[in-house]
Amino acid sequence: MTGKEYRTITDVKGPLVFLDKTEPVAFGEIVSLRLADGSIKNGQVLDTSNDLVVVQVFEGTAGVDLTTGVTFLGDVFKLPVSKDLIGRILDGAGRPRDGGPEIIAEENADIIGAAINPYSRQSPHDFIQTGISAIDCCTTLVRGQKLPIFSASGLPHNDIALQIARQAKLTESDEEFIVVFCAMGITAEEYNFFRSDLERTGALENAVLFVNLADDPAVERLITPRLALTAAEYLAFEQDYHVLVIYTDMTNYCDSLRQIGAAREEVPGRRGYPGYMYTDLAMLYERAGLVKGKKGSITQFPILTMPGDDITHPIPDLSGYITEGQIVISRELHQAGIYPPINVLPSLSRLMGGCIGADTTREDHKSVSDQMYAGYAQGRELRGLVAIVGEDALNERDKQLLDFSGLFEDKFLRQNRDEDRSIDETLDLCWNLMQSISTKYLVRLDQQWIDKYHPTDKKE
Amino acid sequence: MQTKKESGKMSNEGTIYRISGPVVTAIGMTASMYNVVRVGNEGLMGEVIELHGEKAIIQVYEDTSGIRPGEPVFNTGETLSVSLGPGLLTEIYDGIQRPLATLEEVMGVFITRGVDADGINMEKKWNFEATVSEGDRVESGSIIGTVQETDTIVHKIMVPPGISGVVSTIKSGEFNVTENVCKLDDGNEIQMLQKWPVRTPRPYRQKYAPDTPLVTGMRILDFLFPLAKGGAAGIPGPFGSGKTVTQQSLAKYSDAEIVVYIGCGERGNEMTEVLDEFPHLIDPNTGEPLMNRTVMIANTSNMPVAAREASVYTGITIAEYFRDMGYDVALMADSTSRWAEAMREISSRLEEMPGEEGYPAYLSSRLAEFYERAGRIETLNGLDGSVTVIGAVSPPGGDISEPVSQGTLRIVKVFWGLDAGLARQRHFPAINWLGSYSLYPQSLDQWFRDNVAQDFPEVRTEISGLLQVEAELQEIVQLVGSDALPIDQQLTLEVARMIREYFLQQNGFHEVDAFSAVDQQYKMAKAILSFQENAKKAIASGGLLEDVVNVPARTTLMRNRFEAGYLDRIDGLVDEMNKEIAAAVEDN
Ligand SMILES: Nc1ncnc2c1ncn2[C@@H]1O[C@H](COP(=O)(O)OP(=O)(O)OP(=O)(O)O)[C@@H](O)[C@H]1O
Ligand SMILES: [Mg+2]
Repeated sequence: MTGKEYRTITDVKGPLVFLDKTEPVAFGEIVSLRLADGSIKNGQVLDTSNDLVVVQVFEGTAGVDLTTGVTFLGDVFKLPVSKDLIGRILDGAGRPRDGGPEIIAEENADIIGAAINPYSRQSPHDFIQTGISAIDCCTTLVRGQKLPIFSASGLPHNDIALQIARQAKLTESDEEFIVVFCAMGITAEEYNFFRSDLERTGALENAVLFVNLADDPAVERLITPRLALTAAEYLAFEQDYHVLVIYTDMTNYCDSLRQIGAAREEVPGRRGYPGYMYTDLAMLYERAGLVKGKKGSITQFPILTMPGDDITHPIPDLSGYITEGQIVISRELHQAGIYPPINVLPSLSRLMGGCIGADTTREDHKSVSDQMYAGYAQGRELRGLVAIVGEDALNERDKQLLDFSGLFEDKFLRQNRDEDRSIDETLDLCWNLMQSISTKYLVRLDQQWIDKYHPTDKKE
Repeated sequence: MQTKKESGKMSNEGTIYRISGPVVTAIGMTASMYNVVRVGNEGLMGEVIELHGEKAIIQVYEDTSGIRPGEPVFNTGETLSVSLGPGLLTEIYDGIQRPLATLEEVMGVFITRGVDADGINMEKKWNFEATVSEGDRVESGSIIGTVQETDTIVHKIMVPPGISGVVSTIKSGEFNVTENVCKLDDGNEIQMLQKWPVRTPRPYRQKYAPDTPLVTGMRILDFLFPLAKGGAAGIPGPFGSGKTVTQQSLAKYSDAEIVVYIGCGERGNEMTEVLDEFPHLIDPNTGEPLMNRTVMIANTSNMPVAAREASVYTGITIAEYFRDMGYDVALMADSTSRWAEAMREISSRLEEMPGEEGYPAYLSSRLAEFYERAGRIETLNGLDGSVTVIGAVSPPGGDISEPVSQGTLRIVKVFWGLDAGLARQRHFPAINWLGSYSLYPQSLDQWFRDNVAQDFPEVRTEISGLLQVEAELQEIVQLVGSDALPIDQQLTLEVARMIREYFLQQNGFHEVDAFSAVDQQYKMAKAILSFQENAKKAIASGGLLEDVVNVPARTTLMRNRFEAGYLDRIDGLVDEMNKEIAAAVEDN
């Protein structure tokens, strides 16, 4: 649109470029920078006035100088969307990365995305079976939920995410999920792992990949998830698909956010992250859910690695304040050789209550889940006591609970990477394991379910 | 509703000089603080928040992407106000009182921008019944008539503040809110609609010391840490500890007559849940759908931050308005931390000198001003009304040494501290009984004596004393195991466990357990003390602790609280338990 090229850069600082003497430039407008060597970079307006314009350059400012030509493209950032996105691999700025043609736009969608009117939302309540017992029984995933994986470096969060992507299904129907995968600053090796797994299982044909790798521009990471979510919204709310968005690693995203904040000399919040990080993350995480009158849905599975395994670090902390629960991966369980090493105790699915029971999973699910959780929590706590006073000091009940906590990890948590347990299998397994505790101590179980499901041979 | 673009006098119009996120600077326009302005070609709604020579700094309540310097700014000359009148109840608004249902009609399911919507329906006819007659003298705040707004709530039409005189005409009948219903001898005409600037507290005659509890139906709150009608409480807690569930329980079951629920910078789905649930839930105090007494404000985390900043004021002004009719109003704000963060974001865009953790230096005074708008008061018309404020606080990492928690705790008299450890043990509500407090018991004790039981305060002291003792004993148990304690202390632990599991724990989602009337709370507490007394006696006469505590009737007593009609059965169940305890000695 605006064809005019300015050469009025006054300052370059980190990923930011400052220029003056322009025509009125819109807030959020997309910018193209032409370097001396003819290469092109892209950016976006962060601050605009009659005197000064601040541009954030996605590819970083290496090579930018005061003679760099700046053209304002007259519009905010948009992604061309159409059904042709399915099966494609795009880079972190939305350009084809698979050698395929440009996406022919059905429409051009603003990547910031508008907030869903809370009045227009529909409460999520459909059970998604992941085939992973710990999740299905204890932190049940619901279609339309945003449920992050809180992990840490060196833990198998990618395997878990892929296993979920492969196995996730609704028990009621055989509708398939479209996977939108968004990589932010992960290594080429991690990416290849995801990609080849999706290829191997044929899921790639039903997926859209947005890829920004560790050696791609860091600032670009700020738009990659927005592109992915824009694609997801189009597929879900215009094309009626059920979309599962996996994005990894949110920690890299937040670090890019911090970098921009520092370059703008903003007053930093905790640990140097910007004070508006909560709102910024919410603008991503809230783009999940179901909407009245639309058939599709967006379920989000963000992955983040907790710096220093610290759950109070701002990245997991602010995420936890926005998402609808979390699945916490434990280094301790991983080191004990348990896969998936999910620590159910700090994990939570806030939408679980509305989606389990006779109509969806099974009538005894809530009762069983409460008892499994309580039994494991108590058993784990006793491990600490035993370390001090020895096992002999425990009474009968405590001994049983202690043993149970071991079984819980070994038999219930542990499963193969390709083991897909149905919810019935998971719950039956729970009943089996709970036999190791006398029924009189199973206080969280409703009597009617004990009568119906408890394997009778061991009944007292 | 209209897309506004009116032409005004030259001085009312300026142009945009700068845009930085939600903050826009205009030049060439006369403006006063808190004037409402229309920004850009689309007429986005904004408010003047700072003046700098000829520059007016504006916070814009809608997304500013695509707006350019040079676009027009129009000053309406009004201050940010809410529309007050029949039609507020059952509504759900965004932070600047635009009804979300109207926005959906105009914009579809995504909130775009540039749309203006009246806070209340201007066309709808209401049946106005005059309660004063021609020749009567009326003052500011006098009630001149009523409208049955919902099945349960009578909306009282009041003379707006600043107006008084003798009624020259008044008529009952069907009116919309902008039609004149009353005329005074000085020519002033009164409609059912009034506007009030949100940042100014509504006037009243005087504040009273609170003396009545807001009965919430949550045992740990009413019994141990009661909140007074007209009081203020803070609920800090890390994510997932139960702030929202607690706030929603209060919205559902507390005995306020009007509830204003503000979802301030939180999840969209949580508001949807309230919207889905409330019309079907029955108010235990009136037997009518809860929606009839509720006004909701939803400015979720992904909606514009400036409107989030305003949402809290919009809510409290609506609450004060109902208070002025003589109602007991409860306002929940979930979460005040997100409100504070909105202030911080705007402040940093203004390049103000930051205070602690980047919050503006005026954070604590804004918090204080907000909570000060709570209170039990004598209204201008001589009625007794109250606004009770319950604010959730979301401290980073759950550490309440941060500015918002600290600023809140300095003002509120009730502190319900949520505890991540308890939440993790699935002890709900996860309110820490050792760290929480209420400064109201003294002023409320008389009410509890008169309305529940003479010895209510004493029973409370006994229960909380047992919990204190338990905490001390637990430290020993951690080291040596419980079997090493003397029998009487083991019994104390057992009694304390009963307090925790039977009394303090309460499932916020269980249709029966979620709400406990105060007389039931008292009986449950007495049942625990009765168990203690009888168990002690039994052990003294040679009963074994193991037998005494495991009598089946005690389990029945505890489990039956999930069944309807429990209150009437407690006495019988306690007798049964005590019989079995006595029998346990004889068997021995
Ligand atoms: N009183 C209660 N009864 C039963 N369950 C509860 C209760 N309080 C909290 N919970 C459980 O804890 C979960 C989290 O509670 P809630 O959403 O209120 O947390 P929060 O403090 O508001 O968190 P956030 O700050 O992230 O919004 C709920 O989904 C529910 O499973
Ligand atoms: Mg909450």
